[in-house]
Amino acid sequence: MLEKGFLGGRKYWIWMACLLLFMGAGFISWLFQFREGLGITGMSRDISWGVYIANFTFLVGVAAAAVMVVLPYYVHHYKAFGRITILAEFLGVAAVTMCLLFILVDLGNPVRALNVILHPTPNSILFWDMVVLNGYLFLNIFIGWNVLTAERKGSPPPGWLKPFIYLSIPWAISIHTVTAFLYAGLPGRHFWLTAIMAARFLSSAFAAGPAMLILFCFIVRKTTKFNPGNEQIRTLSGIVTYAMILNVFFFLLECFTAFYSNIPGHMHTIVYLFRGLHGHTGLVPWMWVSAFFAVVSLVLLIVPAARRADDVLAVACVSVFIACWIDKGVGLVIGGFIPNPLEHITEYVATVPEVLITLGVWATGFFILSFLYKIAITVKEELRA
Amino acid sequence: MGVNRRKFLKIAGISTLGVAAKPAADALAIEWLDKKLGGFTVSETLLHMFHKPTGFKPGEALTAERWAMVVNVKNCPEGCNACREACHRVHNVPDIENPKHEIKWIWHEEYEHTFPGQQHEHIEEHLKETPFVVLCNHCFNPPCVRVCPTKATFKRKTDGIVMMDMHRCIGCRFCMAACPYGSRSFNWKDPRPFIKEQNPEFPTRTKGVVEKCNFCAERLAKGQIPACVEACQEATKKKGREPALVFGDLEDPDSEVRQLLRSHYTVRRKPELGTNPNVYYIV
Amino acid sequence: MYDGGKIITGIIIGLVFLTFPIWYTHGTVPPRPEVKLPVKEKECVEPRPYMKTKHMQLLDLWRDSAVRVGKRSYIAFNGKKYNMSLQNTCMSKDCHAKKTEFCDECHNYTGVVPYCWDCHIEPKKEPKEKPEEKH
Repeated sequence: MLEKGFLGGRKYWIWMACLLLFMGAGFISWLFQFREGLGITGMSRDISWGVYIANFTFLVGVAAAAVMVVLPYYVHHYKAFGRITILAEFLGVAAVTMCLLFILVDLGNPVRALNVILHPTPNSILFWDMVVLNGYLFLNIFIGWNVLTAERKGSPPPGWLKPFIYLSIPWAISIHTVTAFLYAGLPGRHFWLTAIMAARFLSSAFAAGPAMLILFCFIVRKTTKFNPGNEQIRTLSGIVTYAMILNVFFFLLECFTAFYSNIPGHMHTIVYLFRGLHGHTGLVPWMWVSAFFAVVSLVLLIVPAARRADDVLAVACVSVFIACWIDKGVGLVIGGFIPNPLEHITEYVATVPEVLITLGVWATGFFILSFLYKIAITVKEELRA
Repeated sequence: MGVNRRKFLKIAGISTLGVAAKPAADALAIEWLDKKLGGFTVSETLLHMFHKPTGFKPGEALTAERWAMVVNVKNCPEGCNACREACHRVHNVPDIENPKHEIKWIWHEEYEHTFPGQQHEHIEEHLKETPFVVLCNHCFNPPCVRVCPTKATFKRKTDGIVMMDMHRCIGCRFCMAACPYGSRSFNWKDPRPFIKEQNPEFPTRTKGVVEKCNFCAERLAKGQIPACVEACQEATKKKGREPALVFGDLEDPDSEVRQLLRSHYTVRRKPELGTNPNVYYIV
Repeated sequence: MYDGGKIITGIIIGLVFLTFPIWYTHGTVPPRPEVKLPVKEKECVEPRPYMKTKHMQLLDLWRDSAVRVGKRSYIAFNGKKYNMSLQNTCMSKDCHAKKTEFCDECHNYTGVVPYCWDCHIEPKKEPKEKPEEKH
């Protein structure tokens, strides 16, 4: 079945070659970073995590797309999603791979990465994140591949696969929860120290993940003979709508607690993000762009007539993507470091090599995604023919 | 010494075993065994298998149940930087000007940054100007240790010092996010070019690891007090003052730190976080 | 055989690459490493064969013992005491004071690049006296 990924037309290969180009540029930049140290990035003593961890955090959410399709199909027997579970699972594979790569490029000593396994430390949330992310990667490859193999033979997925499929549902929740715990358990970081963090992660994940999946469904419908189906896209858009409403709602809850209680530590970061603090306004434009797209997406998603038009839905999904990426990546991760524990303010701007490495990781994710989708869709096309 | 005796007996036992085993092995002419031993005698091999080096604390070492420091801010001479200079020289801490890549084990902060939230506009004049010495608090409940995925940073059971094992650090910087005191520095680049004069007795660090104050664990092992405390004693003596930095065992009721804590009102940084810092301030 | 020619050509090219180190260095076997042993000090921490093959394990245990356990004194097989320190004991004046003449010889020969020296300082001009233990 693997060979189907290598049998593509001209456009497929041009697309893959473009991705390889970005991957190459990213890899060369990473070699530079490997030699010089992380000093070539915009990170600093005060902002010790930057765009790598921001993207990692965001992509953990994207991986969730799978569960929003798998759960209705296998638990609620919502048959329509049977057509696209494979797309969701393979999106999960690509997203988790990107997550792991982003952690790897963020390490100061990547050659020692295996120390996490050689010296397992159960009290560290990062240790558990390693466990759940790798587990989720395995589950999605394993389930996706077996489901597709069965589909190709025209038979339902084997019975022994069911436990794995059911396991993948709580497992998807766990990758978000554990990733949220990375932040939510740190004393002295007021912006992160909130019990609603895991819930926020889940809501933004269930908005951004399915939104990306909808966009991929559109692309697949345009470029291949396989139609993921109108009903499927409609249902997904309903999920995105609810999740995005919750996502914005949860953020407003944070604002209420911070500003009504009037506790300085709780307000500082939010003020910095949306208005600037002591003349430092680096992230203010970003956050208003995020807020703008969040509102746009909500309007387009909530109005039923708008949501049902494919073009509008596509715009709404792109808006959700932008809003969530900025909010969860830039705002949440980088904002959490400002002000620093001594209430000094250092700002952060990503550097060129840092951006190239980031693009390289995204390109790697898309490369894997394209390859897997090519296989899945070729199988589906052959079945129809 | 008990350790010596035990060790001697162990080695003697293993050697006897080995001496007995060698002729036996020869007699049986077990060729594969010979090959396995790779040129060693049986006794040597056994010695190497079982003789695991176990160190012991040097006899001259300073020991405590829980090391702690008291910073008597008022004794700090104006413009004095002796503690920082001594610490950074002894530990090969690079002098990087760029504040983004700066590495510091001990440094001075203003009152409002040392105790954020405590400042108000009518505060005592001297507090506005007094520099506060800040360093790793060697917390009793260190969040950095809780989050480290490799145990590269850990709390020593014997005396409560929060240590860094530079050999093991993978550079994930989770500890930097977790530390509520900003006490940790990351080596964003190779620190060596930024070290003016290397202290050959202490290692430098490599790029990609996190470092911080170690309460001079390497000096305590040699029976010396921390470099900053020693430098402070000299510097304050010249000014005819009592030292601003006092170091001692918190569990020893007669220690100097305990005496100071008994007789003065002291505060700690962010006590509400439950980290239970071991650095106290007399304001 | 399908594509027999291509396969055989591939195998030949593969073999050429695989054997590259052998025929490229033919006749120029690098000289065996010659380490300069300390003049003054006659015995190392442990017997020579042990040090030869196991010095890395010993150093590994030393670093864990010194850094993690805080036990920095080591009793050797013969009861002698040593300060567990690569810089201050192994590389002291009377012992392996020159990294290039000792460590590097074998490490370069075998192509091993230990990262000890990324942090630990090799003795430069005047290495320290070997510190005496006091007990």
